[in-house]
Formats: sequence, C-alpha cells, structure tokens
Amino acid sequence: MSALIARRRAALLLAVLPVAPLAAEPAANVTIDNFTFTPALLTVPRGTRVIWTNRDDMPHTVVSDATPPAFRSHGIDTDETFDVMFDRPGRWGYFCAMHAHMRGAVIVQ
Amino acid sequence: MNDARNDGGANSGRRKLLGCMAWVGTGLLWTVSGGVPRTLGLLGTARAAQPMPGLTFAQISDSHIGFSRDPNTDTPATLKAALDLVVAQRPAMLLHTGDVSHLSRPEQFDIAAQLIGATGIETHYVPGEHDWLEDNGRPFVARFQKGAQQGAPDGGFYSFDRDGLHFIGLNNVADLKAGGLGALGARQLDWLKSDLAGRSASTPIVVFAHIPLWVVYRDWGWGTEDGAQALALLRRFGSVTVLNGHIHQIMQKVEGNVAFHTARSTAFPQPAPGTAASPGPMKVEPGRLRDMLGVASVTLTRGQSRLAVVDTPLGA
Repeated sequence: MSALIARRRAALLLAVLPVAPLAAEPAANVTIDNFTFTPALLTVPRGTRVIWTNRDDMPHTVVSDATPPAFRSHGIDTDETFDVMFDRPGRWGYFCAMHAHMRGAVIVQ
Repeated sequence: MNDARNDGGANSGRRKLLGCMAWVGTGLLWTVSGGVPRTLGLLGTARAAQPMPGLTFAQISDSHIGFSRDPNTDTPATLKAALDLVVAQRPAMLLHTGDVSHLSRPEQFDIAAQLIGATGIETHYVPGEHDWLEDNGRPFVARFQKGAQQGAPDGGFYSFDRDGLHFIGLNNVADLKAGGLGALGARQLDWLKSDLAGRSASTPIVVFAHIPLWVVYRDWGWGTEDGAQALALLRRFGSVTVLNGHIHQIMQKVEGNVAFHTARSTAFPQPAPGTAASPGPMKVEPGRLRDMLGVASVTLTRGQSRLAVVDTPLGA
C-alpha cells in the first residue's frame, strides 16, 4: 500500500501543466468515456504515474480491487483527474466503486 | 425476469398524459386494495386532487445536488419544484431514494437538507452511490439518517412502522464488488431476516432502496446482486411494495405479491436500457426537461377499493 502514492488534482491545474505532469517522471493516461476505462489494460514500466481523466458527464471513482484496496480515489467529476504512482511490479486491478461493472487493470513491469 | 417495462414503451396512456404536463414532477398516488398497492393517479390531475383518507407519502429520488451541466444547470431549482408539488399534496411523510447529492460534498448535502427541511415534512432517506463517496458513507448517515433505528452502526439501513405499514430502508450502494451490481451484503440480509421475523404476513411492507432490487439491465449495473435473497425473505408477505430510484425513469413490474417501481429523478433523465452508449444524463430539448423529471406521491389507503386506478401494477 505504501508503495503507491495516489493523489487527486484539479483539472485547472492540469490545464496549466500540460499532459506529462512532473519533469522526469514517466506518465501514462487512462481516460474514462461512456462508463469505460480506456485502455482497460495498461502495461507500464515500474515508476510510472498513471493518470485517469474522467471525460464523462457523470462522476466515477478508481478503486483498487485488492483487499484492502491499494488505492482509492474520491469522486472524480467531469474533466477531473486522479493519479497513482506505480512503483511495485504486478497486476493492479481496479474498478469504479459507483459503477462496479467498470473495470480495468494496470500491469507494472 | 418478468415483464419489466419502460415508461416510454407500451404505456402510451401515461406517456400521452405526461406529454401534457408543463411542470416538473409528475406523481403517482397509491392505494392498498386487496393487499396490493395500486397507483391512483398522477399528481396534478383532477383525480389525484381528490382528498383521500389514509396514509399519504411521497417519494422523490436522484436530486443530484451539485450536478450543473446539460441538461440541468439548476438542480436545486428542479428539486424545489418537485418539493412544491409534494407540499401541495400534504403527504404525511416523504421518502428520498438516494443520490441526494452528486459528489457527497458537504455543501451539496447542505442545499438538499435545507430545501427538503423547509417543507417541514418528515423525511426518510436511503443513500445512493453518489452519497456514499466519502468515509464509508458516514457523512450521509450522520446527516440524513439521524434518529433512524439503524440495522448496523453506519450501515445506512433501518426500518420503522407507520400506520400499520412496515417501512424498510435498504442500502445497496456500499461496498460494491468489482464487476458486480448493487449489493446488500450478508450483514444487511441477516438484519432483514431478523427484522421481518415474527411479523404477520398480512403486514403491508414498503421497501425503499436506491438501486432497483431486481435486475433491470445488467450491462449498466442496473440491479442488485443479492436482491433476490432479500425478495425471498419478503415472499411470504401479502403486500410488498419496492420503491427504487437510480435509473431516472419509471419502470414497474409485479412478481407474485411484490410490486416494483422506480421513480423519476428530480434532476435529469437517463436513457432507457441499451438505447445509448452509456447511462449518462440524457440530453433533452430545452423546455422538455421538466416533463421527464418527477415525484412519486403515494397514498396507501387500506381497504379503499372505490378509488379509480389510473396506473395499475403489471399483472395485478
């Protein structure tokens, strides 16, 4: 759990800091459209920050399906983002706790 | 599944009637006749305006205070309009079937609490998934279920008796499992079993919960994974009415002695199952929005069969 650092950032901030957020840090994006995570399966190298952006006009969440959850967002409203730094290898499944049929996974190599 | 039916489908009489309504909040009036609650009429119609003896209560749902996009940039105003309709009917109480807020934020809860509180009507709430986003729902329970006889601490489910009726408020939005539907969970089902134990089968039961207890449409998560277990516990009762929200449109069906109904939202409509890429808010022409929002106002009048039935539960 401590190996993952999650945080939420206002959309406004992202507009100022274009896509790749922090200097030397690799980043990867997942978008939420039509109640679907895209890509649903994302493979990234260790140390990547994964950023979810909600393009739906309904809020969603990103919640690890591990027990206990390794990460959990607040409600992510339209055009807001949530991000997690993945620095442990493995398969990290997640879902939207509001719409539990929405699922995805990050594979960290 | 039995004959789930969308309001926009075969029920053309109601559709026609709704088309004539110029203001927010259609409503359904109810009576218990022969043990089965029946809808009596839409609020605002002449028939519905007739005074009726017995317990009257209203249902509102899915206020989504905090949502302010197309097709509704003023959800407090449409909630207020719905409440004005409710007040005009002077119900004994009000049920809110969840998604009071859009994002569980304190200021959203504040606005809803102020508007609903201003009616002075005793109100009972169950949470929607939008109300359960923070701290395991504790802020919602603390604010909207004060004084409820909780089935479990912070559980968000409870029951109470009123005028010979037994009301059960369930929580099927907490602790959802990846890939699943709405869920009640073993703890709540155990409580429900003990809550019902020893009650006479002739006690009319009203269950209210956010997500439909039956599976309306699995692909959109419109259903409750373990709803059938709850319904099995209710099967021995002669009259069970299940009131839900979540899908922002009217659907109803009857299975044995159980009548299921979903209410409209007071904020925005959602598409009929499978008719859009996703269940997001339905965009509607300006001026049409309020035709698609609503209030279900319920009058349970025991032993009164003389009241005309405008909308009868399917198969009853």
